[in-house]
Amino acid sequence: MPDPSGVSPLRTSEDILAVSHLNVVLDHHPVLEDVSFHVRRQTTLAIVGPNGAGKTTLFRVLLGLLPYQGTVRWSEAVKIGYVPQHFRVTDVPISVAEFLAMKCKADYRECLDSVGIDDPEILGKRLNVLSGGEMQRVLIAWAIVDRPQVLLFDEPTSSVDIGSQDVVYETLNELEAKSGITVLLISHDIHTVMHYSDFTLALNRRVVHFGESRELSDPLLLQRIFGIGPIHEDHAHPEHLHPAPRSGP
Amino acid sequence: MTDALLYSLIAGASVGLAAGYIGSLMVLKRMALVGDALSHVALPGLALGLLLHFNVFLGAFAFLFAAAVATWYLEQATRLSVESIVGVLFVLALAIGILLTPEPDLLEALFGDIALVTLEYALASVAVSLVVVGLTRLIYTQVVLSLVSDELARSTGIRVSQVNFLYLLLVAVVVAAGLQIVGTLLVGALVIVPAAAMKNVSPSLTRYAILSSATGVVSAVSGILISAAFSVPAGPLVVIVGFVIFLVATLAHYVATRPREPAAAARTQSPKGA
Repeated sequence: MPDPSGVSPLRTSEDILAVSHLNVVLDHHPVLEDVSFHVRRQTTLAIVGPNGAGKTTLFRVLLGLLPYQGTVRWSEAVKIGYVPQHFRVTDVPISVAEFLAMKCKADYRECLDSVGIDDPEILGKRLNVLSGGEMQRVLIAWAIVDRPQVLLFDEPTSSVDIGSQDVVYETLNELEAKSGITVLLISHDIHTVMHYSDFTLALNRRVVHFGESRELSDPLLLQRIFGIGPIHEDHAHPEHLHPAPRSGP
Repeated sequence: MTDALLYSLIAGASVGLAAGYIGSLMVLKRMALVGDALSHVALPGLALGLLLHFNVFLGAFAFLFAAAVATWYLEQATRLSVESIVGVLFVLALAIGILLTPEPDLLEALFGDIALVTLEYALASVAVSLVVVGLTRLIYTQVVLSLVSDELARSTGIRVSQVNFLYLLLVAVVVAAGLQIVGTLLVGALVIVPAAAMKNVSPSLTRYAILSSATGVVSAVSGILISAAFSVPAGPLVVIVGFVIFLVATLAHYVATRPREPAAAARTQSPKGA
């Protein structure tokens, strides 16, 4: 729920979001406790943490879908695009064009171009025949089709093969650079976090770490966040960090 | 063509259209059995109408409306699936309905009777169907988006719970409108079969909705015409025509999409004379 005091916790005009002393209780269990952080405009914040750390719950709070205590303050009139982790398109005979038109009747081809899809035939394809990489890029296009200032992306590459993962993140980085979009993404992949985000929020119900992503090259910090040693490029993928299986969309 | 047949065709076509359209969402929501079970809830209302001599369809609609409200409320309150709740209500309603319905009228209530379709009923069917189609069109994309992702729908401001409630009410209205044509036992098929037939052969959502509606019209009109020609009940024939369309569509989809045998594929790919 909004802060009844009306006091803006946004520190500067550079901040697009400020969260302070956020607490969320679901089914009588605390899911987030005393979480505070802020997000600068036109940056990418990666949210990391083990399963059950409250990452997706945080997104739901930021979208206004869950009750909470504390303060969540977006800058004025901010428009948010959201891509959830789980999608059910297997049984729905919906084309890419119809999917995009659900959110915006305007010309969505430009959005497809901006996510690197320039094949017009894809508009007529059913969503359930797209590859994992195509699907994620269509979802990004969906999220940006009404020109939001912020994009929340829950596990952008959870259903994408390794070869397509960099394409998805490069697309997000290009959007940040060209359109000035602020990106908040949840990821299990330290490689991604180190290479494609500016800041990192490590959660485990509480804030374990909040700072610049380049700080993750410090092995002691990684040890504190994840309980592991230094990350090498070849071993930086999520299966090495969190062996628990994750379900696809 | 008799007046009764003409009225039946008008009522059947309009209810078939609305049932096919709303059924296209029901199949996507994996509520096929819910549609079938919900239709049986009308039986006690029909029975009370017969016993107390008031319009049986008002009685049926009152029970369907109550069942839709109860289903929606219980789903919110208990987190049981719609399918479970309707399943419980369905067997209760069927038990009460069979106990209450006078035996001579039981067959008519269960299977419908197009000979009793009047001009007023036909006109009411057209009006009700137009309203149902119009309202369903308003919530169609919202329902689909909530199916794709409940969170995504809510994040775009869609009130998923209210939309689902309206949807259940519309299903209840369509079921009540179709009772005279195919009866309580078979009206669920009028909602489900056209959409099930067209789901896999439709390249897009728009085509799917249109084809489901058209299949509903064709099933109802063909079933009624065949029943008039051979003096047999219309309800079962409407369902059988729908099933034939389902069979043809399913076979066509299978033939079009079946994996080709490697040898045949290799022959097709090899250049001539190679």
